Amino acid sequence: MTDASLVVTDLHVEFSGFVAVGGVSFDAHPGEVRFLIGPNGAGKTTCIDAITGLTKGTGSARLGEKELLGKQVHKIVRLGVGRTFQTASVFDELTVLQNLDIAAGLHRSAFSLLRARHGIDPSIEQALAETGLAAELATPAGILSHGQKQWLEIAMLLVQDAKVLLLDEPVAGMSHDERTATGELLQRIAAKRIVLVVEHDMDFMRRFATRVTVLHQGKVLSQGTVAEVQADPKVQEVYLGTAGAATTAAMAVVPETVAETLKLTED
Amino acid sequence: MTKLKPWISLSGIGMFAVVLLAVAPLVLTDHWLTNLGKYCCWAIAAVGIGLAWGRGGMLVMGQGVFFALGAYAMAMHLTLETAGDRVPGFMVLYDPLAPLPAFWEPFRSAGFTLLAIVLLPVIAAGILGYALFKRRVKGAYFAILTQALAVALATLISSTIRETGGDTGLSDFKLFFGFVLNDPANKVMVYLIAAGLLIVCLLAVWQFYRSRFGELLVATRDAEERVRFLGYDPANIKLVAFVVSALMASIGGAMFVPIVGIITPAEIGAAASILMIAGVAFGGRASLFGPALGAMAVGWGQSSLGSTWPDGWTYILGLLFVVVILLLPNGLSSLPARFTGWTRRSPAEQPAPAFDAAELEEVRS
Repeated sequence: MTDASLVVTDLHVEFSGFVAVGGVSFDAHPGEVRFLIGPNGAGKTTCIDAITGLTKGTGSARLGEKELLGKQVHKIVRLGVGRTFQTASVFDELTVLQNLDIAAGLHRSAFSLLRARHGIDPSIEQALAETGLAAELATPAGILSHGQKQWLEIAMLLVQDAKVLLLDEPVAGMSHDERTATGELLQRIAAKRIVLVVEHDMDFMRRFATRVTVLHQGKVLSQGTVAEVQADPKVQEVYLGTAGAATTAAMAVVPETVAETLKLTED
Repeated sequence: MTKLKPWISLSGIGMFAVVLLAVAPLVLTDHWLTNLGKYCCWAIAAVGIGLAWGRGGMLVMGQGVFFALGAYAMAMHLTLETAGDRVPGFMVLYDPLAPLPAFWEPFRSAGFTLLAIVLLPVIAAGILGYALFKRRVKGAYFAILTQALAVALATLISSTIRETGGDTGLSDFKLFFGFVLNDPANKVMVYLIAAGLLIVCLLAVWQFYRSRFGELLVATRDAEERVRFLGYDPANIKLVAFVVSALMASIGGAMFVPIVGIITPAEIGAAASILMIAGVAFGGRASLFGPALGAMAVGWGQSSLGSTWPDGWTYILGLLFVVVILLLPNGLSSLPARFTGWTRRSPAEQPAPAFDAAELEEVRS
């Protein structure tokens, strides 16, 4: 894997006059688990949508030397940018193996598509082992548990050999153990790839983030390590309200409940 | 999961081939063999519809267009071959002195005709599909558009009596690539070609369904956006399935002409196109055999009940359609599995709803 980084510079996204993202810049490098956090409507998911070509954005988002903005969705994917969605979107009707096989087919020739699958790609076996789904090979993805579906999505990104993994709330709805397993998985993956996580779960963020960018109303509010961000009075104000006038210590305790509230109100 | 499944399907095709190619010519009278040949032609088109609609989620309501391309290409060649140096039959009726329309000339050549039967639908469906799928036209909008095209083409042919024979159509073919069509032996031969082509089409979709492309097509049907985020362009995947289904409709149309002996706009318009869809829905649109058997069953009903009791037949067809959709949304081919339960159907054979509510929302916004 190269050490190409994802560099987003002055990203703007507008929806018929409403500025969802107004000049956001951040970067993410291999070797770190990068978090993007912020209250509802901060523009976190919109940033990811713009980077992956789902919505139109201006400014710049570069992976190494290559500009991503303005390209078609599937072409951006072919440059090595993969993403997951807030609601796990796997092919319910197909088995785990079929799901992964389709993800691995990205670099296959059109002609080989006309043949039946024989055996299992080494990359698929590796991803299955990595995500602990090896026992579910023949299970239709639709009957997997919620956590397993999210892991399957991550496994699909691994077999498609994404250089950048953009994960939209990967641990939402997961049990505590599943969150820990997911966090450890992300740390392992991040050794060689760029991992950018959009999250509401502050506890999860504190445990696994290397660096954090806090968005608020479409702008970058704060950026740095978990400790730096937590110490930032602007961040405390956004999360706790002015009345909070909170201390760093309070920030470390209260966000758990804030996060819960946020999750309930998330669409 | 279902390791044996491919070989079960393949032996099914084998049995089907034996019945159609060996048993049927021995036991059926000439009259019924001709009828069976006609059903085979509809079945060929139906197999393509099963691929595009059952597996690909594209409700192709205008397959009559591609059926017409093959049928008229074949009919023009047979008309010219029958006429020889004389004026073709359909022109004698109104203006024997008029020159032959220019676009007829190349169809004197047998090679050109066969090429046209294959290439015309591929080109037409290619252009149409590319334009529609790249613009992400889908669901009901796609269905209505294809249906409108079938209506438009039927109207065009009706109104150009001097060029195409109009409502009267093209008929009275005496020769089929040098063979005399009245000869009973040649009638059997023509039937065997149609039945053989049906088997070939079944083998083709069998391979499609078990291939990676088949899995990708089902994935596209169920979650098009997700496929896009795996680095594929769903438009290309759907285009392949659509073009293949158009090609099959054209082949069915081409064989329809020598077997039935006449082609008119009524065979390709809205009603005919919907009848093709009805057979597929009846049999089970996402299964391998369902579309072919369903189309043959509807065809049989059409020519037996439809000719003896035409008023009642329409109601029976409508009633059957309602009952099947209500009680067996996956068609008659899901019946054995319902009773025995020993063949666990692969998930790909569970078709998505014909109209996806989310899709409609998406287009509306």
